[in-house]
Amino acid sequence: MAEHTETGAHPPAHGDGHGRGHVVAVSTYLLVFVALMVGTGLTVLASYADLGMWNTPVAMAIALTKASLVVFFFMHLKYSPKLSWVAVGAAVFWLVNMIAGIAADYVSRVYLNLGNPGT
Amino acid sequence: MSSLSETAPAAAHHPALRHHFESMEGQKEASTFGMWVFIAQEILFFGGMLLAYTIYRYLYYDAFAAGSHHLDVALGTINTAVLICSSLTMALGVHAAALGRRRATALFLVLTILLGSVFLGIKVVEYADKFHHHLVPGPYYDAEVLRGADGKALPPEVALHSQIYFALYFSLTGLHALHMIIGIPIIAVMAWLARRGRFSPEYYTPVEITGLYWHFVDIVWIFLFPLLYLIPHHG
Repeated sequence: MAEHTETGAHPPAHGDGHGRGHVVAVSTYLLVFVALMVGTGLTVLASYADLGMWNTPVAMAIALTKASLVVFFFMHLKYSPKLSWVAVGAAVFWLVNMIAGIAADYVSRVYLNLGNPGT
Repeated sequence: MSSLSETAPAAAHHPALRHHFESMEGQKEASTFGMWVFIAQEILFFGGMLLAYTIYRYLYYDAFAAGSHHLDVALGTINTAVLICSSLTMALGVHAAALGRRRATALFLVLTILLGSVFLGIKVVEYADKFHHHLVPGPYYDAEVLRGADGKALPPEVALHSQIYFALYFSLTGLHALHMIIGIPIIAVMAWLARRGRFSPEYYTPVEITGLYWHFVDIVWIFLFPLLYLIPHHG
């Protein structure tokens, strides 16, 4: 199989390639870099604004967007075999389950006045 | 040995191809998948501490906000930018390796090491400040310098709980820094191997996988920065 080495000379393989030979254009990396820097600035600015209960969700949404950019472009997940997507998906699934499940327990105890388990 | 290969042999075996793989593609996919599984494990490794953070921040919000406000947002922001720059140089290093550019690969990897070192240097300055102000959990912990939303010293109970914030601050940033301290020598070895011409467009998997590790460390910081430095007093 011919090795493509021309930057940006061919379209993305949409992850169904052979996990090899795909070279992401430098301009893509630079765009992602700029987006990550802008995201960092936005997080800091948003933290100084009084968004009420929305401060944390906004900060986490920006962080999630930044992390996705790193995963898909810097880490080439976009161009990787679907098996790699399964590994990432599984980790995120269990992380969210663990935090959401246990947080639900703590929040409901306080809400239902069953006593604060942390004291 | 060579008589075992019943499958159509490649025109010439790449020296980096191990005998139990049929092709360079298959070998690279297996190595990359292995790294992704390791990263999945790492996500849950940090996840346990993030869970502790979530619960304690919910229970002792005022203590967490007070602790967070003592951190230097400027230094945290600079460090976030430094780490993102190091991720870019790492991505460009992998890119150069994929194109078979030895010198550029080594150069970008060395830049990544330098940026990583700057990050750790700033972290040392920040840790020194915590030690100086007795904000390290333990018998000498003293929440005297912390201020609540009203600008006054913390009530005794909140002061006590602020120790949990700093325990998590040191565990999370410490574990993150440890990952960088492990990553830097690995990148150094990759830079050395690249300089010696060990990689080619057909075989640069070690550089690619080192990149995955470094980017993961960057992602952890992307979450730690707002969680530790930017807790608002309100909300």
